[in-house]
Amino acid sequence: MLRQASRLISRSVTAASSKSVTARAFSTELPSTIDSTFVESWKKVAPNMDPPRTPSSFMKPRPSTASSIPTKLTVNFVLPYASELSGKEVDMVIIPATTGQMGVLPGHVPTIAELKPGIMSVHEGTDIKKYFVSSGFAFLHANSVADIIAVEAVPLENIDASQVQKGLVEFTQKLASASTDLEKAEAQIGVEVHSAMNAALSG
Amino acid sequence: MASSAAVPFWRAAGMTYITYSNICANLVRKCLKEPFKAESMNREKVHFSLSKWADGKPQKPVLRSDAPEVSDF
Repeated sequence: MLRQASRLISRSVTAASSKSVTARAFSTELPSTIDSTFVESWKKVAPNMDPPRTPSSFMKPRPSTASSIPTKLTVNFVLPYASELSGKEVDMVIIPATTGQMGVLPGHVPTIAELKPGIMSVHEGTDIKKYFVSSGFAFLHANSVADIIAVEAVPLENIDASQVQKGLVEFTQKLASASTDLEKAEAQIGVEVHSAMNAALSG
Repeated sequence: MASSAAVPFWRAAGMTYITYSNICANLVRKCLKEPFKAESMNREKVHFSLSKWADGKPQKPVLRSDAPEVSDF
């Protein structure tokens, strides 16, 4: 059974390479994402068989990080129904991460941040644009690209202060009278979101 | 074994992240000023029919629809 393995592996590799565009590159040059420690230990155990390809060797190499820190941050801010900012070059964004307001400058360390309901501000020169974000994630890459995804993001002017107050009172009451864990969690979420909106409108 | 990571309160209550995120988004939408509120409610309307299958046949479908009822006239 094992004698067939190398034939099967090389057959499946050639079948894949004849279909994919990267095939020509692969046959003449070694992709940089081959794990050399794996290949060495494979050769020790099974010197007569070609090492199998691992998923990482199929990946394109990651975009290289510039050696000097770029001057601008490229922001992609997307919502499920619209692309709010696409490839926009800005000086800084401040995102409402669960760990607090996080300022992102060009050259920020790669981070994945979960967002909490709060204000996201985009700073471009003297121009500051603020959005209230309901929740989402921010992916900060090594090449100073920030991908921010939110389910709902609205400019602060579109929020109705009286409804926020009403909602805050309503959910604070619900929190006090909640019985099951789920009801408490829902009421707690309501209180958090409305307090965040309140703070956003007054701050 | 006690869990080492501190879980958020909603996960401790059995809610998933998607449910939490959707609740937050709905609450924000409800607090919008008028033309934006109507637009967002319109955007979020769903219409689907779901039927479970048993013995190779679909059972009674469950219809979830936010579309207004259309009369025959």
